Amino acid sequence: MAQPLDRPKESPSQTAGPYVHIGLTPNFCGIGGVYENDLGSAMVNERTKGERIELRIRVLDGTGTPLKDALIEIWQADADGLYNSPAELRGTADPNFHGWGRCPTDMETGLCIFETIKPGRVPFRDGRLMAPHITLWIVARGINLGLHTRLYFSDEEKANAEDPILARIEHRVRVPTLIAEREGNAYVFDVHLQGEKETVFFDS
Amino acid sequence: MAEPGSNRTPETGAFFQRDRQWHPPAFTPGYKSSVLRSPQKALLSFDNTLSELTGPVFGHAMIGERDNDLIHNFAKPGESAIGERIIVHGRVLDERGVGVPGALLEFWQANAGGRYRHKKDGYLAPLDPNFGGCGRTLTGEDGAYAFRTVRPGPYPWPNGPNDWRPAHIHFSLFGHGFAQRLITQMYFEGDPLIWRCPIVGGIRDKAAVEALIAALDMQSTIPMDALAYKFDIVLRGRRSTLFENRPEGN
Ligand SMILES: [Fe+3]
Repeated sequence: MAQPLDRPKESPSQTAGPYVHIGLTPNFCGIGGVYENDLGSAMVNERTKGERIELRIRVLDGTGTPLKDALIEIWQADADGLYNSPAELRGTADPNFHGWGRCPTDMETGLCIFETIKPGRVPFRDGRLMAPHITLWIVARGINLGLHTRLYFSDEEKANAEDPILARIEHRVRVPTLIAEREGNAYVFDVHLQGEKETVFFDS
Repeated sequence: MAEPGSNRTPETGAFFQRDRQWHPPAFTPGYKSSVLRSPQKALLSFDNTLSELTGPVFGHAMIGERDNDLIHNFAKPGESAIGERIIVHGRVLDERGVGVPGALLEFWQANAGGRYRHKKDGYLAPLDPNFGGCGRTLTGEDGAYAFRTVRPGPYPWPNGPNDWRPAHIHFSLFGHGFAQRLITQMYFEGDPLIWRCPIVGGIRDKAAVEALIAALDMQSTIPMDALAYKFDIVLRGRRSTLFENRPEGN
């Protein structure tokens, strides 16, 4: 026997369930008057630096059907690659860009639209630059533990080719599951929860 | 960016690896919705980068006075929600046992009859005109939080032919890094439905289920007003950066 480490364990996750909107986007589901706005619904203002882009994200189940009760949160660096976070020690991020967004999938179409900016490059642990990317966190009924992945950009081929996280994907045919396709000023991204095109999800 | 008004040194160590045996696995066929929504391929594991270590900060400015009072935050002036009045309180800690200050908690629940204010909820229990079902708060310097609500009712749900959810409150937590993000549910001590629930049943370890059951806390009740339940929540801890691995000589 030795001294106990006495470390509490992380609280186990439970699904967000079908009514996640009530808690996280009450105005979206018709519960008005409690909060002024739904958190994370507006990411940019007219002073935010950087290229304006739109992300069109869907989440598809194992039959290819879009989820209509999911919720996506995104987290990203500003146009210069700085995070608006106390743990960002390299400099001060754009004060007009919070970097975090939240969007429920549309109840009819399953589409999530984020109006944001293209992020700059952020260094990996060893100082090499990662390709521009946006971190995604997905919850829904039937998802027992929130899913973590990234969205990379199709028009950043060179940066993507040297990205240390993309480089770790053993089965190269799966790399495109993390790359959003550019269409005008929008990027289209389908997250496949299951099946042949299953998105690469992270444990980090 | 330092937090305004805070002299805490921001922590930048990587988060402890998640114990995925402790969490419910993605595929839990007893909970049918998980069958087609569970990834089946291996996850890509890597030590946190800045993208996972950093996270957004939410300030007190966005929190309204009644955000942590579900009995009144949707009710007409002078009225209140119907049901067993309770206080839910506790601390948000990390896996080192340290309180997490400034964490954003958001919570949602059914009303006392087990009905959600949501167009997809068709349960025959009535809506309470004075109950919305959402609330939020920020933890204090020691990680403590509290809110007031009514005890939610259990409700039947379409899974098996006769499945009932135990009384529960949904919780969403933001700690200091995006990799700490967590959604879970709080259950109530003594509820016999906990051990029959297919969603709870996805958790393999009995001790892990018990970590989600709030205890009746008579010391924190308000006599002649509200019962109290104590519910501590644990987020991923992070490594100390004191001996961060770096080339010798630096
Ligand atoms: Fe529920």
